[in-house]
Amino acid sequence: MSTATAENTEATWVKVCEKNSIAPDTGVCALVNGHQVAIFYSRQLDELFAVGNYDPLGKAYVLSRGLIGSQGERFCVASPLYKQHFDLRTGECLEEEGVSIPTYELKLEGDWISVRA
Amino acid sequence: MSKQRIIVVGNGMVGHKFIDDVVKSENADQYEVITFSEEPRLAYDRVKLSSYFSGSSVDDLMLTSEEAYQNNGVVYTLSDKVVKIDHDAQTVTTASGRVEGYDKLILATGSYPFVPPIPGKDQPHCLVYRTIEDLEAITESAKQSKTGVVVGGGLLGLEAANALQNLGLDTHVIEFAPRLMAVQLDEGGGNLLRRKIEAMGVSVHTEKNTQQIVAGDECRYRMEFADGSHLDTDMIVFSAGIRPQDEIARNNGIDIGERGGIVIDNFCRTSVEDIYAIGECALWDSKIFGLVAPGYQMAKVALSHIQGGDEQFTGADMSTKLKLLGVDVASIGDAHARTPGAQTYTYEDGVKEVYKRMIVSEDGKKLLGAVLVGEAEAYGTLQQICVNNMDLPADPEQMILPQVEGGASVGMGVDALPDTAQLCSCLDVSKGDIVEAVQGGCTDMGGIKSCTGATTGCGGCTALVKQVMDNELENLGIEVKNDICEHFAYSRVELADIIRVKKIESFDELLQSHGTGLGCEICKPTVGSILASYWNEYVLSNNLVGLQDTNDIYLGNMQKDGTYSVVPRVAGGEITPDKLIVLGEVAKEYDLYTKITGGQRIDLFGAQLHQLPEIWRKLVDAGFETGHAYGKSLRTVKSCVGNTWCRYGVQDSVGMAIALEDRYKGLRSPHKIKFAVSGCTRECAEAQSKDIGVIATENGWNLYVCGNGGMRPRHGDLFATDLDDETLVKYIDRVLMFYIRTADRLQRTSVWLENLEGGLDYLRDVVINDKLNLGQELEDEMTHNIGKYQCEWKTTIESPEKLKRFSHFINAAEPDSSLAYVAERGQKRPAREEERKNQIPAVELAQ
Ligand code: SRM
Ligand SMILES: Cc1cc2nc3c(=O)[nH]c(=O)nc-3n(C[C@H](O)[C@H](O)[C@H](O)COP(=O)(O)OP(=O)(O)OC[C@H]3O[C@@H](n4cnc5c(N)ncnc54)[C@H](O)[C@@H]3O)c2cc1C
Ligand code: SF4
Ligand code: FES
Repeated sequence: MSTATAENTEATWVKVCEKNSIAPDTGVCALVNGHQVAIFYSRQLDELFAVGNYDPLGKAYVLSRGLIGSQGERFCVASPLYKQHFDLRTGECLEEEGVSIPTYELKLEGDWISVRA
Repeated sequence: MSKQRIIVVGNGMVGHKFIDDVVKSENADQYEVITFSEEPRLAYDRVKLSSYFSGSSVDDLMLTSEEAYQNNGVVYTLSDKVVKIDHDAQTVTTASGRVEGYDKLILATGSYPFVPPIPGKDQPHCLVYRTIEDLEAITESAKQSKTGVVVGGGLLGLEAANALQNLGLDTHVIEFAPRLMAVQLDEGGGNLLRRKIEAMGVSVHTEKNTQQIVAGDECRYRMEFADGSHLDTDMIVFSAGIRPQDEIARNNGIDIGERGGIVIDNFCRTSVEDIYAIGECALWDSKIFGLVAPGYQMAKVALSHIQGGDEQFTGADMSTKLKLLGVDVASIGDAHARTPGAQTYTYEDGVKEVYKRMIVSEDGKKLLGAVLVGEAEAYGTLQQICVNNMDLPADPEQMILPQVEGGASVGMGVDALPDTAQLCSCLDVSKGDIVEAVQGGCTDMGGIKSCTGATTGCGGCTALVKQVMDNELENLGIEVKNDICEHFAYSRVELADIIRVKKIESFDELLQSHGTGLGCEICKPTVGSILASYWNEYVLSNNLVGLQDTNDIYLGNMQKDGTYSVVPRVAGGEITPDKLIVLGEVAKEYDLYTKITGGQRIDLFGAQLHQLPEIWRKLVDAGFETGHAYGKSLRTVKSCVGNTWCRYGVQDSVGMAIALEDRYKGLRSPHKIKFAVSGCTRECAEAQSKDIGVIATENGWNLYVCGNGGMRPRHGDLFATDLDDETLVKYIDRVLMFYIRTADRLQRTSVWLENLEGGLDYLRDVVINDKLNLGQELEDEMTHNIGKYQCEWKTTIESPEKLKRFSHFINAAEPDSSLAYVAERGQKRPAREEERKNQIPAVELAQ
């Protein structure tokens, strides 16, 4: 579903939660091999996304609590702190060139979500 | 070909403008530019200097940066004054001894404040108002002073008075002439301005001629006046006019005028070959121009001449519009009706304190000038008619009369303006330039700004520029857009109407019927708020939770480290000792930083997500409810103690505050709403700074509306007097619901009212006279909202399903390990970045 840009030699798949435990169009945070991963569920796209939970501009682990939505063709989370957008597919920050967050691979088995980090 | 060397003496607003024009010109590469500044920094915005007192930093004021100059190859020297010009050798010498040769020399040395030769003027705490350093000195002096005097009641003097007042000084203005702003205003305008300024607590003393400044009795100094009276003060700011800084010309054989100023011709040339003078130091046709726009024109003309062009300076329009101590003041053209045969129209409203006067030609066809005090909406139109020498409409008096119901609108419409009309005098942008920019694809003010530069100077032209833009968009058949974001081609007001009229209950429903795309962080919370205002469903219910912004989504204010604050409602600020103890116990148990807020309640900071439910369970059990400190909703109703205890109270203000807070708690609105209730006119609850302010009278309550603290404070307007309880509540219901219907996203009531067509009178018409026949409907909507109130925290802790979201990790019980705290004054606070470095492992980032 999504590709990993964060290079991690020990990356393994970890089962985190059931899809229905994420309220529609919101996010949750999961602890995966020591990484804080923000997972979002878009009801309209019926799609899941996994990115880093750390907001490099606001400098806190909060991205899972941001609002998600579209900016043109891109699908983004807006940081709950200062509202910069991060592309959920590429991790890029739309406002600050050169700033990005890691994206993680994610898969669905039945209703269970697994993340590789 | 070798480059031409241009030296610019003085890096003020005009010197910088000249350099900027050179750098941006087509053949910029043919010039080498060197500039000297006596001040320790490059050019800054002197026009906005006073904003330094309202929070602007030096950085905000800078017009350029050293980096930008370096990038453009402009060589600059700071804190060094040019003292000598050798015109034969074509060199300048600076105070530090540097010698540089030039091909062309530009004098842009500006002016200096005139300090009248009063004995005693050279003591400490006797200051002027021109540079950033002056402002720093004033701030310092104010700290050691209680009373301050401004000498000079002109434009700058009143700005200085405003600054002193904001610095907390008991402020006086001393003016030699019989009225304020004698240059710009006629007698009627000057008198009204004085009344308004005195009402704000600044004392005005006209016709005072200061004889000497001696040691004072009650204050540091005493100013003794020619008429035998005196005034004690701790500090003095001289603002008695400016004098051109022409020293450099005077000492080096360049012609200066009888009363100073470097003489220039229409090409801005001085009496010496290859030397030009521009800005406030220049004297054209025996006139000095103390405004920035003419200086900018001179900069353009001088450059054109150097580059072989034929532009000429032929004088400038000295019309001004500004806000002095919160009062709109404008002066256009021949404000004093000095033109032979001139006739005048005067409109004066003593109640609303508005004064307007138009000066027209003998035949009544042309506008010669105007004076506006207290309300200057007509400025743009009048100024354009005047400078463009346009014919006046048939009933010119309409232009200064208040708009009547169904009457023709003021002015002549921007269509009537010629393309050459200069809309933005600061940046010299004409109507044609704006029209062209719109045709070139600029469809919003942001675009117009970056494309033409209009409105980026004093900002006075904003309304007019927008009108021209909107008009042109209309001409092109492009709809003028107020869309809230890319997903909805509607304004907030339109969305609110759609939701209310079509009874839409979810975001999806609205997006499908009226939107595109998937929504975003702008439209989702906006729609969430409108849905809550009308239907008031539980905000964390499944189809609403995804719409809630940062704070609402976890029912707490997010702090900078991702933790939350907990603010229970303490209606009216009244709290029992038992409840205080509970708050103390909870704070202690969870180690929460505790603070009394500015809203008469208690804020507990630093709660982690997983702790919120436990904390709230304890609070709810003790009888607390959520305080909605996180919502764009009713916050607090402040109270003073009122007649239950206070000697002066005339009504039970605490009782009323609690009743109002209980009534409107949980009401979500376009922005937050705050109330206060005071028990008598002493106003200890500061009700006039609130969205809804209630002040007790012998006979009932006075209602004030649309006040604001915060970034741009505004006093509430007195809306109705001596109301009984029932009518008071009825009016508040209607005002608030009407606000919810018609305000923009994140628009406080203050700004809403200022933008409401028809203003306060219209609001009164709607609410009190029920002109739109909406009264009952608005009250019903409010009743419906109130009927659906629930304490969101109570609902949440009662639902195990909802509580699942309140943990940092969905798959682990651990808290966020990145949080770090240090102790300060006996409580904790988040560790700063440098303090954290040693405490936690480095964070992960994408490469
Ligand atoms: C806690 C408190 C400061 C304090 O320690 O006293 C506070 C704290 C915050 N204020 Fe305030 N304001 C607090 C009283 C005020 C007051 C005073 C008052 O209400 O009497 C004002 C000026 C009055 C007014 O609003 O008209 C005030 C004007 C603002 C503004 C500027 C609003 C404006 O119209 O200009 C903001 C920014 C905004 O809302 O966009 C703001 C925003 C904030 C935020 C929400 C900033 C944020 O987004 O994180 C702060 C977070 C609080 C938290 O985490 O719990 N706060 N804030 C006060 C809480 C009062 C309460 O009990 O609910
Ligand atoms: C508080 C305040 C409010 C104002 N409000 C408005 C307004 O609302 N609208 C408006 O149009 N105008 C306003 N003005 C006026 C406006 O700021 C001036 O018209 C404008 O700054 C003039 O620009 P200038 O470059 O000619 O002079 P300045 O900006 O004064 O620049 C001249 C520079 O040259 C330097 N200098 C002088 N001699 C030498 C030398 N020999 N060698 C090296 N450097 C030298 C000076 O130190 C100074 O830095 C205001 C001014 C003040 C002080
Ligand atoms: S003034 Fe208000 S918003 Fe600003 S830091 Fe203080 S509490 Fe926060
Ligand atoms: S007139 Fe000053 S910014 Fe346009």
